[in-house]
Amino acid sequence: MDKKITLTIDGRELEAHPGQTILEVARGNGIFIPTLCHYSKTTNVGACRVCMVEVKGARSLVASCCMPISLGMEVKTDTKTVRDAQRLIVELLWASGDHNCLTCEQNGSCELQDLIYWLKIEKPRFDIKSPGYALEQTNAMIARDLNKCVLCGRCIRACNEIQVNEILDFSMRGSHAKVGPAFDTDYIQSECYFCGECADVCPVGAITIRQARFAGRPWEIRKVRTTCTYCGVGCQMDLNIHDGKIVKVTGNRDYGPPNEGSLCVKGRFGMDFVHSPDRLKTPLIRKNGELKEASWDEAYTYIAEKLSAIKQANGPDSIVGFSSARATNEENYLFQKFMRAVIGTNNVDHCARL
Amino acid sequence: MTNSIEEIEFTDAIFAIGTNTTENHPVIGAKIKRAVRQRGAKLIVADPREINLVKYATIWLRQKPGTDVALLNGMMNVIISEGLYDRQYVETRTEGFEAMKKVVEKYTPEYASNITGVPADDIVTAARLYAEAEAASILYTMGITQHTTGVDNVKSIANLAMLCGNVGIEGGGVNPLRGQNNVQGACDMGALPVVFTGYQPVGSDEARAKFEKAWGVTLPSKPGITIVETLNAAHEGKVKALYVMGENPMLSDPDLNHAKEALRRLDLLIVQDILLSETAQLAHVVLPAACFAEKDGTFSNTERRVQMVRKAVEAPGQAKADWKIISELSAKMGYPMDYATSEDIMKEINSLTPSYAGITYDRIEKMGIQWPCPNSTHPGTKFLHKDRFSRGLGLLSAIEYIPPAEVPDAEYPFVMTTGRVLYHYHTATMSRLSPGIMERCPESLVEINPKDAEKLGVSAGQFVKVSSRRGEVQAKSEVTTRVSEGTIFMNFHFKEAAVNLLTNPALDPIAKIPEYKVCAVKVEAA
Ligand code: SF4
Ligand code: SF4
Ligand code: SF4
Repeated sequence: MDKKITLTIDGRELEAHPGQTILEVARGNGIFIPTLCHYSKTTNVGACRVCMVEVKGARSLVASCCMPISLGMEVKTDTKTVRDAQRLIVELLWASGDHNCLTCEQNGSCELQDLIYWLKIEKPRFDIKSPGYALEQTNAMIARDLNKCVLCGRCIRACNEIQVNEILDFSMRGSHAKVGPAFDTDYIQSECYFCGECADVCPVGAITIRQARFAGRPWEIRKVRTTCTYCGVGCQMDLNIHDGKIVKVTGNRDYGPPNEGSLCVKGRFGMDFVHSPDRLKTPLIRKNGELKEASWDEAYTYIAEKLSAIKQANGPDSIVGFSSARATNEENYLFQKFMRAVIGTNNVDHCARL
Repeated sequence: MTNSIEEIEFTDAIFAIGTNTTENHPVIGAKIKRAVRQRGAKLIVADPREINLVKYATIWLRQKPGTDVALLNGMMNVIISEGLYDRQYVETRTEGFEAMKKVVEKYTPEYASNITGVPADDIVTAARLYAEAEAASILYTMGITQHTTGVDNVKSIANLAMLCGNVGIEGGGVNPLRGQNNVQGACDMGALPVVFTGYQPVGSDEARAKFEKAWGVTLPSKPGITIVETLNAAHEGKVKALYVMGENPMLSDPDLNHAKEALRRLDLLIVQDILLSETAQLAHVVLPAACFAEKDGTFSNTERRVQMVRKAVEAPGQAKADWKIISELSAKMGYPMDYATSEDIMKEINSLTPSYAGITYDRIEKMGIQWPCPNSTHPGTKFLHKDRFSRGLGLLSAIEYIPPAEVPDAEYPFVMTTGRVLYHYHTATMSRLSPGIMERCPESLVEINPKDAEKLGVSAGQFVKVSSRRGEVQAKSEVTTRVSEGTIFMNFHFKEAAVNLLTNPALDPIAKIPEYKVCAVKVEAA
């Protein structure tokens, strides 16, 4: 490891490794510098310039997310110049979009909203002029409202650098800049794989989960960490619960392995089965050729009697159990225990081979 | 997996054979793509189809379906003749090298090329890429195992990895990616005919004695029968009762018609599931189960990591967690199982399973632990076989190529291969209930090469009839060069075009896995 060097941030003398950025060192030492475009696990682009700080000797403010530290550097994060510059940027962002928090799905969980509040801005000094893009509601999974987009480029970097799906990019530049799939199409017309990573990283309400629309405010939602029920990767995910229902699924970078917050389309959008009206709700017993509702006790009695009779007449090996690669470890354990200890056979398998 | 998911991103070379990773294990797919794009890792893809990973590959080997052993032997031929293998590793950690070398000698790149259809030069290039990497990881899935030679395929992969000293090192390994969320756990927990938890054999007197003592019963030593054997035995009337928890053998078994008849002949079919599956529709008793979001427990992922599953919502109606149902039924049959929580069950697992002994709920609250984890201070095991193999020396096996059980002929001139698509899962009973997913992938498609389509007079999107010696299905065609001439691909997700009406139930003699990946079919415009 390289030797540490010393620098000062807001008068505090700090030690850090050369190559670290000012932002990293500040955050590592509990000094808050606001950001918008910065996103862990993606390249620093210094696009939004919200993270500006004063560095002694530098001619202008510098973007702390991109600036490597140097020996003896003196950094100030909270001067009037810094705050004025940040306010200007944020007011411009506010004024150039349709930031109507009243109906925005991200209200209460929006980084622009938080920034405006933190910078104590009453209202922007510029006239609000939304670009007037049509809402994209052409698929059932992801909705886009580019009038709320702050052009931070996080979605692009998440799609290209985290998921490496290589779908999103900027189209046009300057004041007409826009993010999206190639040829400015909507998601459903593109090759998009609907992993939803872009929605997870968007700091504002520009890319949201369609089915979560009007399904509960961020502060009403309870998040329950669990393991995905689809493939063997075992992604860690948060089920977002409101009114006893899963309203959406989000990733969480803090959970670490195996997926570091990423998900795929199945884990993200494949949970409707949980609340499907087709779910089985009561035991069923076949009577006169038809499956009829029964109580648990009837079902258990029916099974226990039949199994015992078959075991008596044909021996335990005439009975087989298929356990499940979808059930938990505890359930698989109990199932094989049941077959071995109660029925008395090793006839237990599951569909690993299929 | 011998190694961990996170290692894939930081290894030097990745050999993906018979795994359509970006569709079947998308989050691992992303790690492969990051390794290539951001770290310059070499990627060798061996797959009969032009899967999405090919876009990222250093080299793509398009072997004919079912010729993996020949391909792997060809690569090993190059590695041995060019002296690229890890001599020291082979000498100190393996046995059987000479016998293997003898078989491999015949598989010159040209000889292997004739069988596999892969150009000889490409076999040489791939062999060098793999052998010259500091650490190289091999990834595979059902594309390797669902063959009559599935066990041979797996052994050949192990041969290649050991030959180059890639087992027991960080970033290396032989890494089967498990398809279903808890296949690993079901195996670990002894939901297999021959073992208790942690692979303790039912035939071992010692293991049986331990479980007999813990459970207070006498246990049988005779090995049980597998799913496919069960269906045959049910057909013959030897199996009378079947208790199915959360499986849908009606749609996932090879030769569906046979499976259905077998289930019909049972005196008692009990199905415990979350939805009325095709199998449940044939049942005598159906028990409503809670789904993963409605109960606590653990799943073990493909890298052996045991992770928490947590209750987030209530189960509908009277549905109950599977573990509750089993314990209540057991009590009814005179064997009480008193567990208040799933954690109580885990404690029993800890006490009976050395590899899970240290995996307790409080320890995996924040992050899962990878077994083996023999005690409560052990951190878990990132990769296996570090200094020695479980059997001592690693066994290099001499394996000859054997063609698939059913090869194309005049009547059934196409090779059909099957698999999954990104948007669905297994028999799609769950994924098809999501409108977004159905919007993206609403039906089964038959992938067919443009040249074949032209010969048959089939246009894109037109319905085709696909038939084999066992049955027929109809589905829309997707005309694409993703498949090569003479091959078609179908997914097995849709009951409307149940490909397992067509597939060959011929089994691997040891693993008893059916040959889903290759069968001979006829294709006609419908
Ligand atoms: S959903 Fe995934 S693939 Fe689609 S644009 Fe967003 S990040 Fe890219
Ligand atoms: S859509 Fe969201 S993430 Fe993408 S550039 Fe706009 S604000 Fe940033
Ligand atoms: S989110 Fe996707 S990749 Fe992750 S476990 Fe679920 S199905 Fe697998």
